Order: sequence, then structure tokens, then C-alpha cells
Amino acid sequence: MNDVNDKLKIKSPSAGSPPGDGKGPASAQLENAGLSLEEQQLFCDAAPVPYEPYSPEFLERFHNWIRANSMWVLAFGTGCGAIELNPLMTSRFDANRFGIQMRPTPRQASVLIVAGYSSIKTLKRIIRSYEQMQGPKFVIGLGICTINGGMYWDSYNTIKRLDRYLPVDLYITGCMPRPEALLAGFMELKRKIKAGECDGANRYVKDFEWYKANQKKVIKKWDMPDYNW
Amino acid sequence: MGHAGLQLVSDMYMQELCERLIQRFDCDQVVHQKADLSLLRVDKDKLESTLFYLKTHEGFVHLSFVTVIDYIEDDIFRLSYMLHNYDSKSDLAVQAEISRTASTMHSIHHLWAQAWTYQRELKEMYGIDFPGSPRVNDEFCLEGWDGPPPMLRDFDTAKFCEERFVDREGRESQDIKQTMRENLYPERGES
Amino acid sequence: MFELNRLSEAELESGKYTKIWHGPQHPGITGNMSLELTLSGDDVVECKTHVGYLHRGFEKMMERRTFIQNFPIVCRIAVPEPTFNEYMYAAAVEELAGIEVPDRAQWLRCLNLEMMRLASFLMWLGGASGSFGMNTVYQWTVTHRDYMLDLFEEMTGARIYHMYITPGGVRAPLPEGFTERAMSVMNGIEKLLFEIERVVLNNHIFKLRSQGLGVIDPAMIDPYGIVGPNARAAGLARDVRKDSPYLVYDQLDFEIITGDKSDAYNRTVQRYHEMHQCISLIRQMLEQMPTEGSFHADLPNVLHWKIPAGQTYVKSECTRGEYGYFLVTDGSEYLRRVTIRGPSYTHAIAVMEKLVVGVNIADVAGLMVSLHTYPPEIER
Repeated sequence: MNDVNDKLKIKSPSAGSPPGDGKGPASAQLENAGLSLEEQQLFCDAAPVPYEPYSPEFLERFHNWIRANSMWVLAFGTGCGAIELNPLMTSRFDANRFGIQMRPTPRQASVLIVAGYSSIKTLKRIIRSYEQMQGPKFVIGLGICTINGGMYWDSYNTIKRLDRYLPVDLYITGCMPRPEALLAGFMELKRKIKAGECDGANRYVKDFEWYKANQKKVIKKWDMPDYNW
Repeated sequence: MGHAGLQLVSDMYMQELCERLIQRFDCDQVVHQKADLSLLRVDKDKLESTLFYLKTHEGFVHLSFVTVIDYIEDDIFRLSYMLHNYDSKSDLAVQAEISRTASTMHSIHHLWAQAWTYQRELKEMYGIDFPGSPRVNDEFCLEGWDGPPPMLRDFDTAKFCEERFVDREGRESQDIKQTMRENLYPERGES
Repeated sequence: MFELNRLSEAELESGKYTKIWHGPQHPGITGNMSLELTLSGDDVVECKTHVGYLHRGFEKMMERRTFIQNFPIVCRIAVPEPTFNEYMYAAAVEELAGIEVPDRAQWLRCLNLEMMRLASFLMWLGGASGSFGMNTVYQWTVTHRDYMLDLFEEMTGARIYHMYITPGGVRAPLPEGFTERAMSVMNGIEKLLFEIERVVLNNHIFKLRSQGLGVIDPAMIDPYGIVGPNARAAGLARDVRKDSPYLVYDQLDFEIITGDKSDAYNRTVQRYHEMHQCISLIRQMLEQMPTEGSFHADLPNVLHWKIPAGQTYVKSECTRGEYGYFLVTDGSEYLRRVTIRGPSYTHAIAVMEKLVVGVNIADVAGLMVSLHTYPPEIER
């Protein structure tokens, strides 16, 4: 099992990664320029803040243990990979015994599985769902299309690298990954959460300007607030 | 219930039908591709009456699809309407040519209630206008698209992807044929 | 003729109507598609469909790849039922290139397609029961579908995207002992179907909710291009496997199944009978399968494979109806144009917008699933 986990580890960050200076959003207020004036009053204009870990260290380890053993997944099948989520959640491969459930709303979910390719239209909805989830939250990139575009490398409507638009904690490669591969990926995610290595939500907040600039470069119809609470 | 298995029409049905259409509507470029598939071309202003005649008098009640072939070298779009006859179990493709610049075509949404969807997609993908078709200017697959109609043959998707999206490092070239040649058939060399 | 009455702007602003978005993530559909519903209380007054969440531009991508590079990617067009795309692409290319497919390959292809139909129907049945609240049936059918995916893995090497049917034939013959394992899986599925008939089709609540829901008037079928079980449940005996037989269907023994009224309940009964028909066809094919002979024709050098110019249209009967590929070549190494016509193109957009008017919001998912639509094939 250990060498499987070794193979599943993501490599060190490369040139396409955020600057990592971690200073937080430049302005404490969001512009929300994509909305009309009446709608701007309905949406919050405070920038997101990173969540702080619990101060006695054993409490943080305890909470990590809790988070790792009840990973609730948002039931949003964004692409091809959703077809192997069905066998995973039903009685043959039963992910429920690991504490993994599918939840219909982002407010109750802590894991977002981006299953395969994301068209621009779906990416907008994925970002809205991700921002509505409450931290700490984790993103799994399923399949080769999230890694480098896969077989849609020359498609005008799909994104090629997911980690430029959302902070990804784990990649599971394959087309499609089998349910056993998905379970191995979940076990690796569990290990990472317990070790405290999954800080995707905080990375998103610290490099907020960089992620937003990338998102706005591909999503042309920006008629939503800059941060969806 | 089951299939009756009777031969309701003769084996020469498609040939005879195309003869009738040539006489009535001046069709040309008739191709009998299979025993149950024929293709022919008609003038774009006679297309609507041809389809109406086929639908009401010849039993071609089912519209399978409406599509476009882009012949950029001849500067035309070739529209293709595929009809199906459930009695003779045969398909007929009625094709019409329109100009590639400022392209418009008569809408057939009054003949088939499903046709407006095909016309909406063609407007988005090729830029062909169908005046009067319901919701023809609504976005179909793309949201906030700011480029040219994507299915046109002069739209280079690889170049577009290089400019709009960022690839992961480590891959030198996306040329698939070169990679296939090197990895699968190295003994053939540069051929 | 079948014009829809749209509400005016003033009526929409008046406060009598509520507008909600049903989707892109919602029950009743395998794929992402949204319905913009306008409700008056609990009943739907107007509906606008929005597709495009799964648009990858397949037709453009296929023009940029050679003929042999296209066959691995083609199965991803209709995600829950991939093999029909492989077969139709291969059949269209073979027809234009003039390649003769050996007999054993035809039988293997036909077996693969019928098994794919059964697996897709099983997943649909789970979704249909789940949309009306019976989630246990979903667990049963997805599990039995998983046994079929094991059979696919033995036969083709992959569970979902087989990439097995290539222009020229198939990639491998059946392994040893496949027939016994397949027969035992078929027996298990047949027992499951009898159980489901008891639990779902004779269920009082299911009948109450689905009878009279989404009735398709027979006069609506031709203007809207409704195909497949949706049309057969209304009484029209139309099946591509009988009307224009392809592969080995003219050597198999089966009848077209029809119903007398097309509402959600009868469409479920129709598909239930078609699942039994699939099992019977698979058993016939396993018994009559030739065990000798070549399973792949010889192809020319695939790196420089040029096909003479021509146009053709190939059809097949998938679980949802008539699925067609229109292929145009121009004599070069690349194809000129391919149009993929999926049955959900009309079912999910024009037919749905017409049928959902007047339906209670709780039944919208049930209506969508009874039409059996797969959005990936709408926008490709």
C-alpha cells in the first residue's frame, strides 16, 4: 500500500503555480464589478480570510482526524469521471464504510471531486460551488484531463490545467480510474489530511488575486460576485 | 405486435423517387450511396418546397438532422437535410449550397417542430442565420464566446489553446503523428 | 403547430411566478443539463433548457486527427453508453473505404453492443426508481451492471471506454470460459428483473406518480423526431435493428416490442421488456458465436491512410433510439466533416420543453428520466 501512496503523491510545484508569497488579497474589499449596482448590494464585498488552526496542537490533530474520517463529497458530476462514482458509492465498492457520503449542497460538503474535463461553462459553476463550501475543504482532480488536458488538448472549450483555477490537493490519474483507484486516492487524501498537508483552502485565499486573474482570463461572461459566499 | 415484414415499396423506389424530384425541382448531383441512402442537391430557394413535398406526398416524415459541410476552398457552405421514410425504410439527404460570407438560409421550423434546435446550433457554430427561427440567437453550447464561429475551417484550435490556456511543462510537442511515428513504427524512419 | 406560449416580461415581473434553476447537478439525468423553470405555486408554467456544460467540440477535434487517431476518442461522446459511437464510426469509415469486415468480428461487435444496451438500461432503471424515491433499486441495478462491467473487462480490457471496435474489425476474440461466466451473469440479471417487476412496476405509489406523466401524443412523434422506446411505447413499430438491419441482427430471432400509450409508466414497462429482449439476444449470440476465423481485416498503412471522397450515414439502435453518424470525406488523410446525431438532441430540448408544462415540480426529475436523455451526446 505504501508504494501505491508514493506513486499518488503530487510532484513539487512547477512554473505554472501561484507565486506563494502568501500575503493575502491585495485589497480587503472585493470589487464585484461583474454585477449590476442593485445586485452588488446583495452580495458580500469582504475578501475571504484564511482559517487558523486550533492552538493546542493536539486539538488540531484531533480535528484533522475527524475531517479525515468523514469526507463528505459534493454530488456534482462535472464530467466523464462521474460514471465511475456510481459504482464507488453503491454496494459493491461501498465508499460509505470509509465515511464518504455524497451531499447535494456545497454547504455540507468538504471534498470537491472534479471528475474529468471542465468546459468553461462548468468551470464557472465549479468555482461557485467551491467558494460556497466551508473550509477546510479539499479538491481531488480525477483523471488525466485535470492534469494536462488529456485527449482534449486542442479543444477550444475545455481547460487544460485545473490547478491554475482551483487549488488541487490530490490527482488521481487514469481514464477512467477504477473504483479501486479512487479508493486508494481517498486513502492517500486521508493520510494527507491527518498529516496536516492539505491546506488548499488557505492557499486559495492567500493567492486569491492570482487565481481570480486566471479564472477571469478564460471565463468571459463574468456576471457573478468575485467571491461566492 | 411485431414487424410485418412486407415489402411495401419496390426495390427501385429510391431511383424512381430521385427521377421525380429531378423533374419537379431540378435536382442534380444524385448519388445512390446504398440501397436505402441517396443524396442529391437542390437549389437553395427550392429547398423548402422540396422538403414540403417529400414530407407530405412521399412519406419522408422524419427529419434526422440538419448539418453543414464547410467547403472553404469553393467558398460555400453545403447544408444537408437528412430525411427518413418509415414506410420504405430509406434515407434521403437533400443538400443545398449557400455562400460562405453573410450566410443566411430559409428556416424550416414550421415544417418540423424540432428543427429550431438544429438551426440554433448552426448559427452558433457556423454563423449561418435562419431568420424567424425561434430562439436562434440564444447561446447553445458556448457561454460568453468571443471568438469566431468555432466550426469554421479557418479557426485553428491548437493556436487558440496555446494563447488562451496554459499547458503543463514537460511535453515538447503536441504533434501526435510525429510521436506515433517515433514510438510505434521506429523502423520505418522518416516516411 | 406545436408552438409554445411564452410568458411576457410583464407577467414574469408581476410576482405571481417563481423562477428556479433545476441543474446542472440534479437527479433524473446522467449528465449536466439545466432547466430554467418558471413555476406558479408548485406547477411548472414554462421551461427553458440550457445545455453546453459538457461541450468539448468533438466534431472539430475529429477533423484534426487522422482516421486511426479518431477511434479511441470517439467513445467519450456518449459517456454512459460509449460503444455505439465506436461501432458507427468504424462502420462509416469501412463503408467509404470499402473494407470488408470478417463474419466473426460482426458477431463479436453485435455481442458487445447488446451487452452495452443491457448495461445502460440497468443504470437507467436505477436512476428511474431513484427519481421516484426507491433508492434501493439503484443499488441493486448498479451492482449488477458492475458484474457486466467485469465481463467487458474480460472481453475488451476496460470497464467503461472499451476502444474495442476499430475500423476493420475488433481488437481481440473472446477469452476462454467467457460464455459460462456471461450466462451466469445473465441469469442473475434475469432474476433481478423479475424482482424489480414486483417491487417497482407493481408498486402502487410508482404507478400513481408515473401514470399520466409526460404523455406523448402519437401526433407529436414525427414533428419532434421522437425515436426509440419513447415512440415504441406509443404504438409505433420502429426499430433500426429491424428496419435497416446491421451487423447480425437479421440472423437473430426477436420481435419489435410496442405499447399502447406513452406515459412515464408505460415507457418504464417498455424498457423493462426490452431488457428481457437484450438478455435473450445475448444468449442467442453466445450460443451461435463462431469460434474460428479472423476477427480483424487487414488495413493499409494507418499513418498514411487516405479514404476516397464520399458521404454516408450510418444508424444504429441504442437504448434511446436512432443514433446516427454522417461522415464526409474528401480524399485526404483527415475527414472533412462528421455529424453525430444523438437521440437526446430532440428528446431533451424540444420534447422536454413541451411536456414539462403543467407538471408538479416533484415530478420533473421523474419526467426527465422517463425520456432517457444523455446530455453528453447533445452538445458533444
